[in-house]
Amino acid sequence: MADTRLADLAAARWKVQVALTAAMVALYFGFILLIAYDKPFMARLVAPGLSLGILLGALVILLSWLLTWVYVRWANTHYDAALDRLRE
Amino acid sequence: MILSLLPQAATRIGEPNRVAMGFFFLFIATTLGITWWAARRTRTTEHFYAAGRTISPGQNGIALAGDYMSAASFLGIAGLVSTTGFDGLIYSTGWLVGWPVVLFLIAEPLRNLGRYTFADVVAVRLSQTPVRIASAIGTLATVSFYLIAQMVGAGGLIRLMFGIPYETAIVIVGVAMIAYVLFGGMLATTWVQIVKAVLLLSGAAVLALLVLARFHWSPAALFAAAADKYGAGVLAPGRLVSRPLDAVSLGLALMFGTAGLPHILMRFYTVPDARAARKSVFYATGLIGAFYLMTFILGFGAMVLVGPDAIKSVEPGGNMAAPLLAEFLGGTPFLGFIAAVAFATILAVVAGLTLSGAAALSHDLWVSVVRKERADAVEQLKVARIATVGLGILGVLLGITFKGQNVAFMVGLAFAIAASANFPALVLSIFWRRYTTAGAVTSMLLGTASTLILIYLSPTLQVDVLKHPSAWFPLRNPALVTMPLSFLSGIVVSLLTSNRREAEGFDGVARRMHLGPTA
Repeated sequence: MADTRLADLAAARWKVQVALTAAMVALYFGFILLIAYDKPFMARLVAPGLSLGILLGALVILLSWLLTWVYVRWANTHYDAALDRLRE
Repeated sequence: MILSLLPQAATRIGEPNRVAMGFFFLFIATTLGITWWAARRTRTTEHFYAAGRTISPGQNGIALAGDYMSAASFLGIAGLVSTTGFDGLIYSTGWLVGWPVVLFLIAEPLRNLGRYTFADVVAVRLSQTPVRIASAIGTLATVSFYLIAQMVGAGGLIRLMFGIPYETAIVIVGVAMIAYVLFGGMLATTWVQIVKAVLLLSGAAVLALLVLARFHWSPAALFAAAADKYGAGVLAPGRLVSRPLDAVSLGLALMFGTAGLPHILMRFYTVPDARAARKSVFYATGLIGAFYLMTFILGFGAMVLVGPDAIKSVEPGGNMAAPLLAEFLGGTPFLGFIAAVAFATILAVVAGLTLSGAAALSHDLWVSVVRKERADAVEQLKVARIATVGLGILGVLLGITFKGQNVAFMVGLAFAIAASANFPALVLSIFWRRYTTAGAVTSMLLGTASTLILIYLSPTLQVDVLKHPSAWFPLRNPALVTMPLSFLSGIVVSLLTSNRREAEGFDGVARRMHLGPTA
C-alpha cells in the first residue's frame, strides 16, 4: 500500500521536475538562440537606453529565480505533506 | 567629459595600498579566528566533511553563493561588460541558469542518498570499488582544473592589485586555504564562504548604488549614456555569439555543469535534511541572481565612468574594471576594500575546492577502495587531513607551474567535465532503475576522457593557447558532444550488462530518495 503511494508520489515529482527543467532549458536556450539568429530584434529599444536584449537578459535571471520559487512552493506544500502522510 | 578629467596614469592599482592591506589582514584575522573556533568543534569526519550537518538553510544558501561567485565572475564579467557591452551580459545570465537545475534534479536526492561526496549517491546500489574510482577521477579532474584557473588568476590579480610577487601571492593563498580546511574542516570553510559572500555582495551593491546615484537611479539612463558615448551597438549582441553551436555548447556546460561541481554538491550534506537542502538552493539562486544583475550596472558603469580604453590600459583582459570603478567612485580607500574583497573571494573558493578534492581522495579512494570501509574514525580523519595538505601543496605547485599561461579556458573545461562525467552519472543513478556498474563507470570515464581530448583538439587550446592556425574540432567547449555521449554510453552499456541485483537495489534507492536515510 505504502509502496504504490510512494510510486505515485515519485511519478508526480518526476512530472514537476521534468516540466520545470524543460522550462528552464527553453528559457535559456531561447534567449541564446535569439541572440544567435535575430540580432536586430535584440537590438531594438523598448525604452531609451533599454534594448530588448538587456531586458530579456534580466528577465532570464528573474524568471530562473521564479521557477525555483514555483518548485519550492510545490515541494513545501504538496510534496512535503505527501511525505508526512507516507511516514505515518 | 568625465573621462578627460581622469588621466590614465591616475590609478593607484598595483601600488602597495594601505587600506587594501588593512582590510585583507582583517579578513585573514577574522577567518583564522573562525577556523580556531571551528577546529574545536571538528572531531569526526561528519564534522570535517559536513560541518556536523548543523548549517541552516539560510547559512548554506549564502555559503553556496560564496562558493560559486568566484573572482573570475566578479572581475571577469564586469570587465567583459565594460569593454564589450551586451556581449558580456550573456555570461551574466549563463552563470545563473544552472541553479534551478541543481534544485529540480539533484539537491534533495543527493542529501537523502549520500553522506559526503556525490560518489556516495552513484555507488549506493552499484559496486563500490569501480564506481568510487571512476567518480574520484571525475571529481579530481574537475577540482584540479578549477583550482589551476583560480590559483593562476589569484597570483596575477594579487600582483596587479597589491604589488606582491606572483609566487608569494600563490603561497599566501595556499597557506591560508590549507589552514582553513585542515583545522576547521567544513565548518570553517562554510563560515569563510559566508563572510566572503556578504563582503562581495555588499561591496558590489555599494558600487552599483554609487553608479546609479550618478544616473538619476535609473539603469536605463546609465545604458543610454553608454550608447551615447560608444554607440548603440553596446546595447545589442555583437560578435560573441556569431556561431550558435558554440553558444549552445557553452550553455550546456554552464547549465548542467553547475549540477556536477563537487564543491557545490558537497554543500548539500552540511544541512540537517533534504527540506533544508531545497531551501538553501532557493536562497542561493536569489543571491547569485541579484549579484549577476548588479554586474549589468557595474559593467556599464565602468564603461561610462572609466572608459574601455583606460580599463584595457591597466590590464588588457579588462579584469580591472570593477576595481577601477571603485577607485573612481570612492577613491583609494574603496579601491582597497574592493581589492581585498577580490582576494577574499579567491581564498574562499579555493578552500571549498580543496575540501571537496580531499573528500574524494580520502572518503572515496582511501576509506572505500583501499581500506574497504575498515578504517576507524581516527584514521579517516587523519587521512582526510593528509589529503588536504597534499592537495593544498599541489594547488600551489600547479599555480606556480602555470604562471603566465592562458588558463581562462580551464574554468569552462571544469564545467564541461562536470556536465559530461559527474552530472549524467548522478542523474542516471538517481532516476534510472536499469543503470549498472559498467554503465556508470563507462559514462564517467568516457565523459572525462572525451572532454579532455576534445578540449585539446579545440580552437580554445589549438588556436588561443598553442597559436596554431586552426583546430581539428570546431567547438570551443565540447559539452554539446561529450554530455550526450556520456548519457548515451551509460545507457547502452547498462542495457548490455543488465544486472538484476543492481536493479532490485533501486527500490531501496527510490524509497530513500524521498523519505531520507531514516525511513
